[in-house]
Amino acid sequence: MSELVVRDLQRSFGGVQAVGGVSFTLRAGDLLALIGPNGAGKSTCFNLLNGQLRPDSGSVRLDGTELVGLPPRRIWALGVGRTFQITATFASMTVAENVQMVLLSRARRLFGLWRPAAAQFREPALALLERVGMAAQADRPCGVLAYGDVKRVELAMALASEPTVLLMDEPTAGMAPAERLALMALTAELVRERGLAVLFTEHDMDAVFGHATRVLVLDRGRLIAEGPPDRVRADPRVQSVYLGGEA
Amino acid sequence: MSFLLVQALSGLATAATLFLVSSGLTIVFGVTRIVNFAHGSFYMVGAYAGWSLIERFGATPAGFWGSVAAAALAMGVLGAAMEIGLLRRLYRSPELFQLLGTFGVVLVVQDLTAWAWGPEDLLGRRAPGLKGSIDILDQPFPLYDLVLIGLGPLVLGLLWLLFNRTRWGTLVRAATQDREMTSALGVDPARLFTGVLFLGCALAGLGGALQVPREAVTLQMDMAIVVEAFVVVVVGGMGSLTGAFLASLLIGQLQAFGILVFPQITLVIVFLFMAVVLVLRPHGLLGRAEEVPPTAPAAVTVPLSAGRHAGLWALALLAVLAAAPLAVGDYALILLTEVVILALFAASLHLLIGLGGLVSFGHAAWFGLGAYGSALLVKHLGAPMPLALAGAPVLAGLGALVAGWFCVRRSGLYFAMLTLAFAQIVWSVAFQWYAVTGGDNGILGVWPSGWAAGKAAYYWLTLALCGGALGLLRRAAFAPFGYALRAGRDSGLRAESVGIDVRRFQWMAFVLAGSAAGLAGGLYAFAKGSVFPTLLAVPQSVDALVMVLMGGLQTVAGPLAGAAVFHLLESEVMSLTDWWRLVLGLIVVALVLVFPKGIVGFLSGLRSSFNGRRA
Repeated sequence: MSELVVRDLQRSFGGVQAVGGVSFTLRAGDLLALIGPNGAGKSTCFNLLNGQLRPDSGSVRLDGTELVGLPPRRIWALGVGRTFQITATFASMTVAENVQMVLLSRARRLFGLWRPAAAQFREPALALLERVGMAAQADRPCGVLAYGDVKRVELAMALASEPTVLLMDEPTAGMAPAERLALMALTAELVRERGLAVLFTEHDMDAVFGHATRVLVLDRGRLIAEGPPDRVRADPRVQSVYLGGEA
Repeated sequence: MSFLLVQALSGLATAATLFLVSSGLTIVFGVTRIVNFAHGSFYMVGAYAGWSLIERFGATPAGFWGSVAAAALAMGVLGAAMEIGLLRRLYRSPELFQLLGTFGVVLVVQDLTAWAWGPEDLLGRRAPGLKGSIDILDQPFPLYDLVLIGLGPLVLGLLWLLFNRTRWGTLVRAATQDREMTSALGVDPARLFTGVLFLGCALAGLGGALQVPREAVTLQMDMAIVVEAFVVVVVGGMGSLTGAFLASLLIGQLQAFGILVFPQITLVIVFLFMAVVLVLRPHGLLGRAEEVPPTAPAAVTVPLSAGRHAGLWALALLAVLAAAPLAVGDYALILLTEVVILALFAASLHLLIGLGGLVSFGHAAWFGLGAYGSALLVKHLGAPMPLALAGAPVLAGLGALVAGWFCVRRSGLYFAMLTLAFAQIVWSVAFQWYAVTGGDNGILGVWPSGWAAGKAAYYWLTLALCGGALGLLRRAAFAPFGYALRAGRDSGLRAESVGIDVRRFQWMAFVLAGSAAGLAGGLYAFAKGSVFPTLLAVPQSVDALVMVLMGGLQTVAGPLAGAAVFHLLESEVMSLTDWWRLVLGLIVVALVLVFPKGIVGFLSGLRSSFNGRRA
């Protein structure tokens, strides 16, 4: 059972503090939502966690291993999967091949020069696509999928590496309401079934308060509230951040 | 001491010319984001036009300076014409097309210049009133060079005033920072861009015309200066005027003193300097991160198609090719041998471009390195053909291993510039290291062993080796390795986040492509019996790019078809006329104008308009 411990994470851009001293702990079984108004530092926070950005100070430890300073691919190898806000898949490959790439990468078989890639790990890839409801489109090029479908492929790709921690940046952005709920329900199921620890950012409050087990609220780079959804929703500081006015 | 001072001063005079030319290049790049290969052509034609005018009117100081100014203005007009006729259509094209399109202009201009002024070097008259030299600490120094030294800062100052004190200049600076915003503000970008091309090319023409009293006007001036100007612009930071000035000064001194220490490899020093600067300061000395050219507007990506029964078709083709010596004569066999070799050369480049999205502008380096490797083994060590052939991919692969380590650190235009720089390094070694490589005279007498000396025997050998290598490249393309390369191209961010070390795959692909090109080069050396520095030169790299483009990027078989069409066309045209470069240049320009978004983009455009009509 994994534990991601974030302590006092800080990062500034040219004198503007984007993230200022954020600390929290993410445990197996958590479906932790990170919310906040635009510009609160959610994406920066995310990019600090997955190694795309380096924090000015602070630490991120996965079961005691320091992640700060490692490149994204090393963090991935340690069991931290992620999905992107703006979808990023391998557009020139089919849906199944996208997932197969992750499986090949995990098995360290990417340097193969002889056996065709399309024939390797196809069955497990199809099983994962089945899990996210994309099996029927396994052989379509990823570049032509509908937006919501790409998000599901991303989820399958993230799951393919059997992560213990999953970071999802706006997993339902751009999806229709019914699709959003379905994806969040699927995520909640995966958390239970695999003992995952999930951190996600989200704008859609239904998704947040309907499924999250805990909620973190970020405002101007600082955490202003943390706790179960009901308590956070009732917090006057959170309301003032979202509704404006004085706290 | 005084000797060193004079050497430094002559470095400053070189720097002045370099700055004139590269300031134009960097201004044009800053606004249009196009690296204008033809910039050196304006410099060259400026020199030729200046020479003609100065011969006619240059007896008086007024006539001389008037001629220089007229030549510069004429080049400005030509530059504006090129913007309207060509560049305007390429602003949204992939970098490859922009580089190729302007290189097409280089080829056309070369032949037109040779037609207008003849192939002989021209010596111009000295500047009236500045013919003598003055003594600086008892060393004579040409007066004219002193004037040039003053001209550099003067032009920098004038440009600064233009960009900071005039409305037009402010608009240009605004467009440099944000093109879309400027046009949203109601500025007509088309006119602004035409004006910028006028200014940039006039500066190149000015630099060229000012060279007339200093050195002979030749048909080789264009490539020589444009490659140096690239280095200046990249070292200074693309789009930065002050950076270009600083870099010109540094490189002027590097050349002035480099020639004292390493007279054999002055060019190498300059390119190594650039490579080191780029590794230490990725955006150049004064460049900013924002000034990185945006990567080409997300190229339309289509799944790489194997084609149905590809294996069977390949076997059938191989069988037909293998039977060819029974049916055709010696000339056709020689031609076929070359086609097969070039097919491997093109396919190796396709591995980088088609799978990795890495546009190499210096792929000839590895072809030539393989050719020279074989030739040197034969010439200096008396190696038999099989050993020399085996050495070709090894040497080229080693070269690509070193160069690739640098090149894959950058992407897009910087990658293209770095590969170009390394190709120029290898070229200059072959060109300048006379004792070993024979310089311009090349290496002669590289003939196959007795058993392979017959035209048919050598053809079969070539077919077997190239066929094998092509088969390997194709397997690799569909194996996880090729997929990982494509993954890095499709989305580097995603690739890194699923554990794919994108740079390492690109580096490996660079080495693989380099050795395959090297094998092709080695075979080419024995097919021709000789090697020359032209095998390593920019036009050879461009040939490969044209072959790959002609065949299309999206299929593995494309480069083979491209190489065949290109080489047959080349030999046909060359047997009919001396103006092959003109024809090739026009083909290249037509290719990029007809397919401004790339051939794949063109096809998918066709498909969607077809579907649209059906719906």
